[in-house]
Amino acid sequence: MPVDLDPDGAEYALRLGDDALVLCQRLCAWVTHAPTIEEDLALSNIALDLLGHARVLLARSGRLDGSGRSDDDLAYRRSERTFRNALLLELPNGDFGMTIARQLVYAVYAGLLYTDLTRSHDTELAGFAGRAAKEVEYHRLHAARWAVLLGRGTAESRRRMQAGVALVWPYAAELFEPDELTQRLAANGTCVSPARLREPWETDVAAVLAEAGLDVPTPSWRATGGRSGLHTEALGPLLAEFRSVYHQYPGGTW
Amino acid sequence: MVSAAPVPGTEEILARVGAVPDPELPMITLADLGVIRAVETAADGAVEVIVTPTFLGCPAMPVIVAGIRDVLAECGHPEGRVRQVLSPAWTTDWIGAEGRRKLAEHGIAPPGESGAPLPVRLGLGVPCPSCGSHATRPQSPFGATRCQSVLVCTACRESFAHFKAV
Repeated sequence: MPVDLDPDGAEYALRLGDDALVLCQRLCAWVTHAPTIEEDLALSNIALDLLGHARVLLARSGRLDGSGRSDDDLAYRRSERTFRNALLLELPNGDFGMTIARQLVYAVYAGLLYTDLTRSHDTELAGFAGRAAKEVEYHRLHAARWAVLLGRGTAESRRRMQAGVALVWPYAAELFEPDELTQRLAANGTCVSPARLREPWETDVAAVLAEAGLDVPTPSWRATGGRSGLHTEALGPLLAEFRSVYHQYPGGTW
Repeated sequence: MVSAAPVPGTEEILARVGAVPDPELPMITLADLGVIRAVETAADGAVEVIVTPTFLGCPAMPVIVAGIRDVLAECGHPEGRVRQVLSPAWTTDWIGAEGRRKLAEHGIAPPGESGAPLPVRLGLGVPCPSCGSHATRPQSPFGATRCQSVLVCTACRESFAHFKAV
């Protein structure tokens, strides 16, 4: 079927798709290591949701950029420098507190973003967002519940949860960073400027942290670079592991 | 003289496609799930079945698509297509009464109304599919598949799956 080329739409879908794909891979590493069997199930379910989002978004990106690449092509056959995920999502898992802190930061952001995208002029993107927002709501509830449990748990669980929040906070900045692409997309009604999500995000996360008895960090620096392909040293090993089966059996199907 | 079998019309195709079982929950059909939006004839003359996936990137989707294409081929449309439409987003409110009855019969508590607040007080929970008690509580919002969560019945002590309301 003929498709209208849309380089901006393709790049935007790639960003969102890479965010979901990379976080999916990080969460998969918790399976059999999570504190309880329910938590193994929870994190793998969340990872599966994110994989579903990534598949839809990457397939869309490959269609709109005119390359005809499939979601698998984009997931498995792309150089590290072309990944457009925010650095937050590729950070090593750390301990459970850090993972939950990252989940909270991302799920609240993704919930606000997708809810906003349901009003996008791009009806296909709006359709995706309507569905994804519902799924991410479960992820947000999960992260918020754990943040409160850990924050109000023992001195050690509180210390770790607070350390996790402090570690991920400077990386959150990148999610709200406006650039030329998002300015163009905001101008034509595809999305809102990410900067406009910052305030509601802070309000929502701060409410959870307050309930958890945790402090809102005031970081002295902010991460940047992921959206233009400049990644931390953690992304290479993540992609290598993610692609190991594909590289062992090129072209294999199952 | 043998007359040719009548060519199934759109209504007939809709009914047959709707009868395809869900690959993950084979006790219910695609019609029960409410994922089949319409059967249409595209501009190029090909028959198109419009489907709204339950969960994004649902791993069952390729199996569902293959099942629908088999039906289309049986109905004389080997070139028939499946078109996925994401908007409006699928909601568990589209699962009909028959689907809900079959889910419950097979031990999966059917979804409540989407958007309704989750029950927090004991005695107001989703009814247990084993004993019918409402004294149930959520155990894990994440279950064996992406569409299910796990609940526990405090009356009969059984844990059971619940189709998440979304």
